[in-house]
Amino acid sequence: MPLTLSEKILSNATGRRVSPGEIVIVNVDYVYAHDGTAPLAIQVLTEELKCERVFNPSKVLFVIDHASPSPRVENSKLHMLMREFARKHGIKLYDVGYGICHQVVIDECIVKPGMVIVGADSHTTTLGALGAFATGIGSTDTAIAILTGKVWLRVPESIRIVLEGDIPNYITGKDIILYIIGFMGADGAVYKAVEFQGSSLKQLGIDDRLTISNMTVEMGAKVGLFPVDNVTVKFYEDRGVKVKRLEPDSKAEYVDEVIVDLSTLEPQIAIPPNIDNVKSVSEVEGVEVDQVFIGSCTNGRLSDLEIVAKIMKDRRVKEGVRCIVIPASRRIYLQALRKGIIEILLRAGCIICPPTCGPCVGAHMGLLGPGEVAVSTSNRNFPGRMGDKSSKVYIASPLVAAVSAVEGRICDPRSYLR
Amino acid sequence: MELVFKGRVWKFGDNINTDFIIPGRYKFKAYRIEDMLPHIFEDIRPEFSRNVRKGDIIVAGRNFGCGSSREHAPRLLKLAGISVVIAKSFARIFFRNAINIGLPVIVHEELPEIVKDGDIVVVDLAKGVVSCPSRNYTSRFKPYPKFIMDILTSGGIVEYVKLRGLRL
Repeated sequence: MPLTLSEKILSNATGRRVSPGEIVIVNVDYVYAHDGTAPLAIQVLTEELKCERVFNPSKVLFVIDHASPSPRVENSKLHMLMREFARKHGIKLYDVGYGICHQVVIDECIVKPGMVIVGADSHTTTLGALGAFATGIGSTDTAIAILTGKVWLRVPESIRIVLEGDIPNYITGKDIILYIIGFMGADGAVYKAVEFQGSSLKQLGIDDRLTISNMTVEMGAKVGLFPVDNVTVKFYEDRGVKVKRLEPDSKAEYVDEVIVDLSTLEPQIAIPPNIDNVKSVSEVEGVEVDQVFIGSCTNGRLSDLEIVAKIMKDRRVKEGVRCIVIPASRRIYLQALRKGIIEILLRAGCIICPPTCGPCVGAHMGLLGPGEVAVSTSNRNFPGRMGDKSSKVYIASPLVAAVSAVEGRICDPRSYLR
Repeated sequence: MELVFKGRVWKFGDNINTDFIIPGRYKFKAYRIEDMLPHIFEDIRPEFSRNVRKGDIIVAGRNFGCGSSREHAPRLLKLAGISVVIAKSFARIFFRNAINIGLPVIVHEELPEIVKDGDIVVVDLAKGVVSCPSRNYTSRFKPYPKFIMDILTSGGIVEYVKLRGLRL
């Protein structure tokens, strides 16, 4: 029987052919959690499971990234709980300043193609861009995985999304995934594995793929997988790691197929209050903005900051607009610093914050006041997500965000690239 | 655990996300989960935390629990007294979180179209039957796979694992 990518990876992990719909117990290559989810997992481990020793501490990672650096004593206490548990059990903890968990595991070359990785964060799907079966779980799941090294999973049916056509220079991974979510709906892929294929993949760099896989969860997907092709092999080669190509079988069965022509796509934007309320930016041009946020596990990577710097060079953020930029990790921050990006952004009037999830989760560093409007490169525009429940969040690419920061209103970026 | 539930309905629409259940601005302010209780559904049903009673049942539309992986969402609902959540569909992390903590979640397409706020709904997990006597409505739902039913009858995955480890 020909297999999809996720069937291949899960078959490999269980040591037998698995089929969609069955429940399997899988050994995990890594389990990770952050300060929003690890404390509850630790509570389950210590109070409910009476855990004396963890299955394998080298497969467990903690990252302090959500309320980081701690904005409140309550958060500081949760961070302390994580540090204490990590120390006691020999678990690696990436403390305040390393960056967002999904980026840290990439920076540290922890994630590799074909791995099964569970993270106590919905955006763990990000790692599917590198060919890992990576999915989000809860805190109790995390506790069980830390204790046993295993997780229960329902083998997902797969949907194939075929990307075709030349990608215009104003189209980024963000526009592509927003368009797909708009088309599929916020529950269009619930419980399903989404696999990306097609001739445009060779033009899509790893950063764009990470953005795309990251947001597959916004249409309910369990994983968002890219094949391990030459682009991925080269990505690892540049880091001194040899990986093998990994592709689905040519006759694998998919429950649905969507073909997207990228050559005619316009820059996309998700209109509040729903992530699947997606339009072309040209349709909402002119909406005035109070804040622009560029960062998060969706779009806080080097190529994102490069695009923003390209727009901001010799320009200024519009008076009255706050433009908050947060590199997704220390490594990215350092790269951006070396390339002169940070200086360009500071001179343009941006606010640069240390690597953290920042305002995306509504924890700190730029919460919105009543009625305020933001353009954000993050992943969710639910009411109240980034502050007051009456604030409005438009989700778009770093390119659209940068241009909107300069203009002080939502703006189609195409005129800036001519 | 008990397998028959009878409770008063709290009715919700589609795409009720975990930020609606517990907004991030409160979740990241609290040390203990109990501290978040007064803020459940604050942005969309501010009266919920005051009026919810033990045994109440949530009935919702599509994609209930979408968004974040925060397990605080189903835990808070359980802590507030919710006995069952019935929805047209669930986001997958919410679904597994609820099962793992022993909160029954039932997929039913039709019931959310029929019942209203305050109706009394009866759920029999073992028989796979939901009903709303005041609206003369009874219907079956797809039974859980054995593994999931076993987790629920154990009272959650922690008890399940204590009993037999993580195996099918």
